[in-house]
Amino acid sequence: MSYLVLDRISKRFGGFSALSNISLSVERGTARAVLGENGAGKTTLMNVLFGLYRPTEGSIQIDGKAVSFRSPADAIINGVGMIHQHMHLAEALTVTENIVLGLGGLHSPLNLRRHSAKIAALSERYGLAVEPDQPVWKLPIGMRQRVEILKMLYRGAKILVLDEPTSVLAPNEIDSFLERVKALRDDGTTILFVTHKLDEVMRIADAVSVMRHGQLVAERDIGHTDVRQLSRLMVGRDVEPVRIPRLAAPGDPVLECVDLVARGERGLTALDRVSLTIRQGEILGVAGIDGNGQSELAEIICGLRKPESGSIRAGAAEITGLGVSARMRGSRIGFVPEDRHGTGLVLDHSIATNFVLRSFRRRPVSRLGLINARFIAEQARRMMKRYDVRSRSPAQPARELSGGNQQKIILAREIEAGPEILIVMQATKGLDVGAIEFVQRKILEARDRGVAVLYISTELEHVAEVADRIAVMHRGRFTGEVLPGQATAEHIGLLMSGLSVGEQR
Amino acid sequence: MSFLPDISLIAVLLASGVRLATPIGFAALGGVLAERSGVYNVGLEGMMLWGAFGAAAGTYLTGSPVAGLVAGVLLGAVAGLLLALLCVGLAVNQLVAGIAINLLCAGLTAFLARALFGLAGGGTAVSGFASLPVPYLSGLPLIGTALFNQDPLVYMLPVLVAVVTICLYRTQAGLRLRAAGESPRAADSAGVNVTAVRYVSLALSGAFAAAGGCHLVLCQVYIFSEGMSAGKGFIALAAIILGRWHPVGAVVAALFFGLCDALQLQLQFSNPLVPYQIFLILPFAASLVALVWFNKGARQPAATGMVFDREAR
Ligand SMILES: Nc1ncnc2c1ncn2[C@@H]1O[C@H](COP(=O)(O)OP(=O)(O)O)[C@@H](O)[C@H]1O
Ligand SMILES: [Mg+2]
Repeated sequence: MSYLVLDRISKRFGGFSALSNISLSVERGTARAVLGENGAGKTTLMNVLFGLYRPTEGSIQIDGKAVSFRSPADAIINGVGMIHQHMHLAEALTVTENIVLGLGGLHSPLNLRRHSAKIAALSERYGLAVEPDQPVWKLPIGMRQRVEILKMLYRGAKILVLDEPTSVLAPNEIDSFLERVKALRDDGTTILFVTHKLDEVMRIADAVSVMRHGQLVAERDIGHTDVRQLSRLMVGRDVEPVRIPRLAAPGDPVLECVDLVARGERGLTALDRVSLTIRQGEILGVAGIDGNGQSELAEIICGLRKPESGSIRAGAAEITGLGVSARMRGSRIGFVPEDRHGTGLVLDHSIATNFVLRSFRRRPVSRLGLINARFIAEQARRMMKRYDVRSRSPAQPARELSGGNQQKIILAREIEAGPEILIVMQATKGLDVGAIEFVQRKILEARDRGVAVLYISTELEHVAEVADRIAVMHRGRFTGEVLPGQATAEHIGLLMSGLSVGEQR
Repeated sequence: MSFLPDISLIAVLLASGVRLATPIGFAALGGVLAERSGVYNVGLEGMMLWGAFGAAAGTYLTGSPVAGLVAGVLLGAVAGLLLALLCVGLAVNQLVAGIAINLLCAGLTAFLARALFGLAGGGTAVSGFASLPVPYLSGLPLIGTALFNQDPLVYMLPVLVAVVTICLYRTQAGLRLRAAGESPRAADSAGVNVTAVRYVSLALSGAFAAAGGCHLVLCQVYIFSEGMSAGKGFIALAAIILGRWHPVGAVVAALFFGLCDALQLQLQFSNPLVPYQIFLILPFAASLVALVWFNKGARQPAATGMVFDREAR
């Protein structure tokens, strides 16, 4: 009998069935990849294994013994550890405090200094740089992910669940991290590696289970499969990247930023003399690891943040000193923010209301200060059709929609406002293949209408799919600019980690 | 009255300020524990009253103020557990639950006091704690009386503050409590029982607030009267914010309010022609002004006020 057995697990949230009848057996000391698109139910399944969700049906056995986890504490006692996709960290506490939280008896003194030293040693050994005494809120996302990983490594576990652990690591960090995971497996740890990245599956796993729509659709030994087959199993069809050939050559410069300097938290330099130009009908892609100044750049261009120095021109107008609403109206900047839930939408308001967040002051959405509900409802229906927003009705709260549909609402609102400049951050993050394709198509169509697009993303492959030029950011600077199709992923990866090509040799 | 403040007058003012600050300090310390673990304790006022009643009843029935103190503190812990049951166990809105506790305690203590002590609860004095002057130190000029000629509960407060501070910042238990208030999700998935942490901190919170009430009865007026907490529990809420959710800060803020109160009393006595209600406003006005003034950069624990549901998104 296998070491870990998940037996006919089902999980329903209200009426929605997130997992149906999933059975999985994993041998001791092997690495099992769990592959699936976003929304397939991977995290839900792992949360069941870690005691975060009680399964609606089904049971779990470890080492031949039936176990029932009422909480993560139960799972931890039974040797299960988990790295969470959406990090479970207390932001006001320091890195060390987060790592030692829950360890040892209640009365035991914390002895943070000793732990800090041990954590520093561990982070050195695993090549995961962190600052043990900093509060987590001050750290960039990538470093938080490393804290989440260290937290688990520090505890040790017999069964290790890794839920998309590499999503915010740099390419070179991913390599050494995967090596470490392999080493843990070779030491006898049983690994469940959740991902939607096919190459990681091939590199790390002994076997792979593929999930789609809450069901287990296939199981393969790594020796008996390949990337192409896995991709088809995961998506349910063959995928072709979108490519809309451009209609016209880029026109005159529309957005020009010169020597932008900005400070982030802790007064560190977030932008270090960044300059860029985007022409009419051109997409400038910005690639880079999260937290290297991309957010600050986007916020400064939209007017959400003030630069220390530098200037921004939109067309002929200097807009450096203008506020957000002036920029949105005057020079027509559209913004698809990184934080869909916090900045992009009012989650508890209806889809229809979310469509008019930009335009509610103006005719015909409102007249003499009164909202025109009928127009808003009609417009919502039109936009939902055009942008393929799937929901029961325009009155449904945005919170209830899937990530893809939420993103389409934001995109529709910003593009239909008719901007000359469109700033798009993490447009495709967390979306399924269908939604990614749709979002990219809409952005490319906007480009063809002459919009100048700044496309910022940490997902390099998606940047490469839509951008005309790719600028790579590291520590608040552009470390290089490449043309898609002419640079290897490796080359871009090096630029992302701040190494110029010369230093490589 | 001379405009040059007289040194003995200041010494008296300080001494009565410290005494008046003590109940607020106890309640604020309790409030810090509750809010640090993720639950607003708006019921401090009621719990204080409840503790005052417990102290009076316990002393009246046994003749021993120590027994009264124990009774008051235990009743406070029970009230804290009730709040935990409501807003941790049953996920009732924390502000509503706290207000309910205040109303319940006001009504219940009034009723029980009449049953126990007779009409209008008035008249029945109980014994209490006398001052315990510290040899030599109590003779110091200016601060001698204020700090070293006080009742045992006044001496207990700084000790408790030190213990709470050390527990909060230097032990695993304290780390768990802080984590429960900052991110119950993180605490939960690190194996911490968030529900248990919150129950325990609310029980402690109630006990501390009640100890403040005990001080009113056993060290200040030796009698229970209806509504005798008179807003001190609400001032304690302000002290928590002013003290930035830190035990030491909260008690220092309580001291500030106590001094305002002492000043207010002094002004009442020296200006008998002015309606005394005007001076009564002083501590509340001071708390308002202080909150507005010092509010910048204050950040409450991130999860305070929110219900933790493991399966919610
Ligand atoms: N706590 C929850 N409440 C309601 N629905 C949920 C919850 N967690 C997940 N879901 C739904 O279950 C489905 C699977 O989600 P998830 O397990 O996060 O997918 P994956 O990790 O594969 O991307 C999604 O449709 C999601 O909306
Ligand atoms: Mg997931």
